[in-house]
Amino acid sequence: MGMTIIEKILARASGAKEIRAGDLAVVNVDTAVILDTNFYWTVRRDIKRLHDPEKVVIIYDHMVPAPDQTAAEAHKYGREFAKRFGIRRFHDIGARQGISHAVVADNAYALPGSVLVCSDSHTCAAGAFNAAARGIGAPDMVYVLTTGQTWFQVGETIRYDLVGELQPGISAKDIFLHLAGIYGDHANQNIEFGGPALAGLSLNARRTLATMGAELSAEFVTFEADARLTEYVSARNPAAFEAQAPDADAVYGARHSIDLSRIEPLVALPDTVVKNSVALDAVAGQSIHQAFIGSCANGTLDDLAEAARVVAGQQVAPGVRFIVTPGSQAIYNDALRAGYVQTLMDAGAIVTTATCGACFGGHMGVLAPGEICITASTRNFKGRMGDPTSRIFMASPATVAASAVAGTIVAAGRQHEGSAT
Amino acid sequence: MSIAGNVWKFDDNVNTDLMVPGFVLYATEAEQARAVFSANRPGWVDEVQSGDVIVGGHNFGMGSSRPAARSLKNCGVSVLLAETINGLFFRNAVNFGFLAIECLGVHDAFEEGDRAEVDLDSWTVRNPRSGLELKAKPIPPALLSLMLEGGIYPHLEKRGLIGGRASDPAARQ
Repeated sequence: MGMTIIEKILARASGAKEIRAGDLAVVNVDTAVILDTNFYWTVRRDIKRLHDPEKVVIIYDHMVPAPDQTAAEAHKYGREFAKRFGIRRFHDIGARQGISHAVVADNAYALPGSVLVCSDSHTCAAGAFNAAARGIGAPDMVYVLTTGQTWFQVGETIRYDLVGELQPGISAKDIFLHLAGIYGDHANQNIEFGGPALAGLSLNARRTLATMGAELSAEFVTFEADARLTEYVSARNPAAFEAQAPDADAVYGARHSIDLSRIEPLVALPDTVVKNSVALDAVAGQSIHQAFIGSCANGTLDDLAEAARVVAGQQVAPGVRFIVTPGSQAIYNDALRAGYVQTLMDAGAIVTTATCGACFGGHMGVLAPGEICITASTRNFKGRMGDPTSRIFMASPATVAASAVAGTIVAAGRQHEGSAT
Repeated sequence: MSIAGNVWKFDDNVNTDLMVPGFVLYATEAEQARAVFSANRPGWVDEVQSGDVIVGGHNFGMGSSRPAARSLKNCGVSVLLAETINGLFFRNAVNFGFLAIECLGVHDAFEEGDRAEVDLDSWTVRNPRSGLELKAKPIPPALLSLMLEGGIYPHLEKRGLIGGRASDPAARQ
């Protein structure tokens, strides 16, 4: 019997002939990504020996630039750590700054067929690159840094075959909300994407889907590798890699075909995305205080382009804060050159420096009691973006941008019909 | 080895942000423990007693890498019994030495305030009120020993790979 993509990657990384659902895999880690949050004094431990500095990437993203003294001290400690162990790949505050998963994508740090870990739950984002990428705990990271290894309990894999073509104005976030609404969570399972429609999905769209796998509680999300992926990686990372394809007789827990042409704009109601998606029309007219586009899920250049296209020549509704956070400073720069940032700012949007920021209620867009936000980001848990009485609706960047203009939740293209007062 | 304690009952999809809310994300362990369930069950941290048991539903601990398992341990919870446990929460349970066990049927088998008895040799969970006995999912021995021996840090300290925990840099002045 054959193996799925994730089983093949984990078999290679653990030196086992085969890996099956139910196995405990002890693997060698190819890339360990550590964040500013790993250096907070309440979190860090004094590491005496680093297994291999060449396998480590440091990316500051959650609290950047430092909003308080505790963060500033953590940043300083991390800089000294990078120097002490000679870590070359260090993304400090500046031109190379960004949300870790976006920076990993920008630089193709996640090689196809490799194992990458980071102490952030959305690390599965790198599954778009045919990598076994998973969020681990902060202590797990200390173990990886000192020993070079970690463990995974391997669950069964659910396969999605994408077919058909998306309608105009529908994006990866809508695909995700469709899957989340129908199939719900994938706790203790892996997700594998493939199928004929994959070739038509940009790497940015795949990244959105892979990132959002965390919201389905998936262990790993992997995409099949194709020419578009391997060319992208080779252009950015000189290291050799070996992409893994599923065996023809791979064993899946379930296999579903998803017809992209039938997907409509969807919105997740507050508090969870699991089986909580409704047609946009069901919540149209809901007034909002804040509209947010950003995070590792929706801070890509495609997302910024879509937002700019929707708001071009229009104004954000009075009383609405429209906050846009590019995934990385490199993406920000590309968006500047393409004119997207100008269009967004002319419409009255705030375009912030790249950070996890508002997505986790950290800074730069925290919600007050009772406020309502529509977001194209990762997570809509109760209290996620600020006060526990605030409410978070989740939708695509196009829907969020249109809603910012209307002042109420509305479909892109219909914002001028909104009831902004 | 066996454990017994009084049950606090929770439903499906209890998330990490409820156990470690954003406002204590970078606070001390003690401050984090005071904030557990402040949004969904205010006052719980004053009621929970050392040795109590949490019984949960499906996908307990969904969400992020926040150290929710450590906070439950610091609140005195002796064991979590849930239908299914989120993979990342489970990792942190191993990491921080907090016993977290999957047991199908456990949610319906207990009411709040019941006593739960857990036997780690036979991997059974029992409700003495009803007499009902359930089979729990055994934890791989390597992970169980980390859980029972205080987690990953003592193990790495013993091997000389890490030092002790950091102290408040502001307090040194």
